Amino acid sequence: MQLIDKNVIAKKRSGRLTLNNAMKWIFFLCTMVGLIVLVTLIVDTLMDAVGYLNMDFLTNFSSSRVESAGFYGAIIGSLWLMFVTVPVAIFLSVATALYLEEYAPKNKVTDFIKINISNLAGVPSVVFGLLGLAIFVRAMAMGNSVLAAGLTLALMILPVIVVSSQEAIRSVPSTVREASIGMGATKWQTVSRIILPAAIPGIITGIILAISRAIGETAPLVVIGVPTTLLVTPDGFLDSFQAMPMQIYAWIKMPQEEFQYLAAAGIIVLLAILILMNSVAIFIRNKFSRRY
Amino acid sequence: MVNIMEANTITKNAGTAVLEDRAHTGTQESAERKPVFKTNNFNLWYGDNHALQDINLRFNQNEVSAIIGPSGCGKSTFVKALNRMVELVPIVRTEGEILYRDQDIFNRKMTVEELRTKVGMVFQKPNPFPKSIYDNVAYGPRVHGIRKKKILDEVVEKSLRDAAIWDEVKDRLNENAYGLSGGQQQRICIARALATEPDVILMDEPTSALDPISTTKVEDLMHELKKNYSIIVVTHNMQQAARVSDTTAFFYQGYVVEHDDTKVIFENPRDQRTEDYVSGRFG
Ligand SMILES: Nc1ncnc2c1ncn2[C@@H]1O[C@H](COP(=O)(O)OP(=O)(O)O)[C@@H](O)[C@H]1O
Ligand SMILES: [Mg+2]
Repeated sequence: MQLIDKNVIAKKRSGRLTLNNAMKWIFFLCTMVGLIVLVTLIVDTLMDAVGYLNMDFLTNFSSSRVESAGFYGAIIGSLWLMFVTVPVAIFLSVATALYLEEYAPKNKVTDFIKINISNLAGVPSVVFGLLGLAIFVRAMAMGNSVLAAGLTLALMILPVIVVSSQEAIRSVPSTVREASIGMGATKWQTVSRIILPAAIPGIITGIILAISRAIGETAPLVVIGVPTTLLVTPDGFLDSFQAMPMQIYAWIKMPQEEFQYLAAAGIIVLLAILILMNSVAIFIRNKFSRRY
Repeated sequence: MVNIMEANTITKNAGTAVLEDRAHTGTQESAERKPVFKTNNFNLWYGDNHALQDINLRFNQNEVSAIIGPSGCGKSTFVKALNRMVELVPIVRTEGEILYRDQDIFNRKMTVEELRTKVGMVFQKPNPFPKSIYDNVAYGPRVHGIRKKKILDEVVEKSLRDAAIWDEVKDRLNENAYGLSGGQQQRICIARALATEPDVILMDEPTSALDPISTTKVEDLMHELKKNYSIIVVTHNMQQAARVSDTTAFFYQGYVVEHDDTKVIFENPRDQRTEDYVSGRFG
């Protein structure tokens, strides 16, 4: 009548425990692979950069002479760029995600749109550059301005934020939605007071990923025709500008070895600015996840 | 099984004879039994599924009206129709009338926001917002435009008192409602519903996720609340219906078999199926 043979169980036990232990080590090693590559890269770059990272580098414009070449124009230009890209991208994508998840009728057309937005996330950035060139630079005559490039990058990161926002909105339980609607709250009140606050941490995670991509993106800027040597910073959104990844790219292309070190210094500055921007985002995210 | 099937067809053929609602013509007949809700030949479909069939019911003011029946018979669908929450399901189609205080709730003159303000709802699973206890209860008034801190404070305290949970939470109003036990959360949800000062409160199996002690508390609460509110409560717990309600409607496969004073339903039902169900023979 005994269906389970206790001896078999005893025999299998050590195998299960070994596998259990082995899995932990496999996961650990996989993590290490990524980590080691990353640390090596950063340390290598830092070593190259170290002699060139100084105040002059941060305050000088770019120059064909290594001694006086700096990153100032690129830093300021990239900040201008993000000033356009980030708000436009956040506003457009969160609104899109809200519409798709909360307002759009549940039908085949909506499903089709949803699937294609995820696919857009995989479109090569050059394609967005071409789009920006055709629409913003040429058709709308913005030239190679901050606005044209900013909007192009915003379009490029749109799908990433839309998808992660959709994910975050969907994970808000429908029971709290019903609670709100059941008390006579309007859709917008429910969205703004319940759904968005609960979804913000997830949305911000998407924003962080997207900004990290946008700030280091080179290809669309090349297509749009962003200059690499410019001795002024923009005064307005319709002015031409420099950008950090473009400057780094330009330096790397130079034959002299010293310029490679300048590029390394530029990469470090770019990373530092990125970390700074993401810290702000993480700070906001933590604030919300604690309150809700 | 065969018996039930036959009874079924008989009822359907007999049509309104069985569906006629006796609850307010019963022994307690008096002018005070004012209706808050009346339904006239109300029908509802989920796509092709005819979930509610020719519902003719009447629910009175300052009473607890219970809705009982086996699962899947349409109890939740029916209460969600009363505040039009059921329309959140896109495939829903309705026919017939539901009158709230003699106003057709499907009439364009009454917006769903207005209806749901007057007809509050407490759900099966406690569903507080991921906010503080205070913000949960103040949510309704705030949504309706009340900003004054003093008024909100008073509303929150009164609602929590009425929901019999004030003493347990008065020192932790700013803590997240998720930190409370299930039973406490459900009473927070009741307080939250009371804070908008509704006229009717719909409750869909409000105690099914609660332990016996919390259940008793919520049941006592219903008894207390009916002095000022009208309560329509779905329950699959027969003892609960017998304990808390004035009238009971027995739903079966999407139609109402019998609706009468609770005493009659439990002691002297007219329909065999009601008797079988309340005595636990099926369900
Ligand atoms: N969202 C829905 N979509 C489609 N059919 C539904 C939905 N909700 C309920 N139904 C159907 O309606 C009938 C009644 O369900 P419900 O009202 O939940 O019953 P009860 O609350 O009495 O258990 C069932 O046949 C169920 O399958
Ligand atoms: Mg139900």
